[in-house]
Amino acid sequence: MAALTDLTIAQLTSALARKETSAVEVVDAHLAKLDEHRALNAFITETPDQAREMAKASDARRSKDEAGLLEGVPLAIKDLFCTEGVQTTAGSKILEGFVPQYESTVTANLWRSGAVMVGKTNLDEFAMGSSNMTSHFGGVENPWKRKGDNRKLVPGGSSGGSAAAVAAYMVPGSTGTDTGGSIRQPAAFCGIVGLKPTYGRCSRWGVVAFASSLDQPGPFARTVEDTALLLQAMSGHDPKDSTSAPVPVPDFAAAARNPDVRGMKVGIPKEYRVEGTSDEIVALWSKGMEMLKAAGAEPVEVSLPHTKYALPAYYIVAPAECSSNLARYDGVRFGLRVPGKDLTELYENTRGAGFGKETRRRILIGTYVLSAGYYDAYYRKAQQIRALIARDFKQAFERCDVLLTPTAPTAAFAAGEKMDDPVTMYLNDMFTIPASMAGLPGISVPAGLDKDGLPLGLQLIGRAFDEETLLRAAAALEKAAAFGGRPAGY
Amino acid sequence: MSLDKETVARIARLARLKVPEEELAPLAGELSGIFAWIEQLNEVDTSSVEPLSSVSDVTLPMREDKVTDGGIAARVLANAPGGAVYIDPSDRNAGGFFTVPKVVE
Repeated sequence: MAALTDLTIAQLTSALARKETSAVEVVDAHLAKLDEHRALNAFITETPDQAREMAKASDARRSKDEAGLLEGVPLAIKDLFCTEGVQTTAGSKILEGFVPQYESTVTANLWRSGAVMVGKTNLDEFAMGSSNMTSHFGGVENPWKRKGDNRKLVPGGSSGGSAAAVAAYMVPGSTGTDTGGSIRQPAAFCGIVGLKPTYGRCSRWGVVAFASSLDQPGPFARTVEDTALLLQAMSGHDPKDSTSAPVPVPDFAAAARNPDVRGMKVGIPKEYRVEGTSDEIVALWSKGMEMLKAAGAEPVEVSLPHTKYALPAYYIVAPAECSSNLARYDGVRFGLRVPGKDLTELYENTRGAGFGKETRRRILIGTYVLSAGYYDAYYRKAQQIRALIARDFKQAFERCDVLLTPTAPTAAFAAGEKMDDPVTMYLNDMFTIPASMAGLPGISVPAGLDKDGLPLGLQLIGRAFDEETLLRAAAALEKAAAFGGRPAGY
Repeated sequence: MSLDKETVARIARLARLKVPEEELAPLAGELSGIFAWIEQLNEVDTSSVEPLSSVSDVTLPMREDKVTDGGIAARVLANAPGGAVYIDPSDRNAGGFFTVPKVVE
């Protein structure tokens, strides 16, 4: 049998079901990988003792024939999900040492399915960033390197640790959250699959809030099928999140096992041909369409005229919601406290010392656009643009079933590149943000390597609550692209 | 739209965020750059467009107005940065207080 850490989630659960291994053996093999690759800085908190306890309990359930969907599968959890009794930092100094007294709905769902937590992964501070460089706990290293170049590359962000941990075979799957691309872009940078579900599919309860109208939890894995299995366990209506959709959870894994795209109409949005996209990515995009066409899908050119306005509109909506959400960090009830001569100074000192530069920048943008006299010019305007973006997608989906686009305009970049100007960094999310603004599901599938040997991803976008069609198309793309890439040394 | 140092200081005050004096000017430059880039939204005529505040089609659900939780004061106070004071130290869930520095004379 192959090494336990090389198995997919589907393979692990069948090996466990056939009693060829135990959850304890599986978790020990993965914990050894956490040890081996600690230099990547993918984890903020490792939980080996808890992992072994959970694995023992999992083996006990299996011996009683009470195995759940993910029974015995080790997972890494983005450190934005509250985990009872385990430090949850959101990548911020202001939450260092914060120990939640409750469990997020999504992680509770995963544990109920039998999954085992090995630790909490590193991320951009409060999920704001595209490189994982804004974390108070340091950047994460991408396990991939350019050929003949030893420079460390970023794993993307904000869910950089979750993506790197899966790409480095430390875990077969992990959770992330996606506000503007924070699952899909790191998945592309690390050569794995990442899915942002429809807004409302996975509960946000217990997830540290960044931009509440956009935030959505979702899974990472190395195959489309594994991603579907994780999504299935994570999803479901939650009365504790008023935006959680009261819809049934379909059999996502069955959809992922059926890569049949015959007759499926795949839209190619012409506005995604944007200057600044690498030639190799443009070529891969065409190749991806050819592959789906060869599998029986029909390409359709569609137009999403307001695409270029999605990014600047996002940089009003997201900071505005961020400035409101982050107002709760005041040094009074939890988190860091830095004293001052009066109450106002206590607030100012605490927040000044606790937030990093990017978070501070976004709080200031948000405060400004929501301040008296500017609301209509900025926030209302951005919400109107958002309505137009949603309408564009609605019209496009009258003519096609899924959309195919690049995930990111470039492959992974080196730590320190693109850091001089915030807008350059923001442009990294230009292909992922429009679907976020419309609340639509999107998935990034690794589809090839560039000339430097770095993975490139393609994005599929689906109709709201139609992750099944999305997964079918993704499985077809995965099968045709036959990526199979693996970072050297992992 | 260009933001000056004074404007940055004003919004930092509104956000209760201490920004060191020497960082105000560089921040004003960065924020001005971001707002200049955002200006392109003015190219779009939105005069007849209803703003979209939520992508969820679901009407927010109503629930019965009754207590569903409680009796967990010890957990509520568990992360208090200045420590907590309990009404009855032998029963922490009976209730307690967050402590803050003295703010009135």
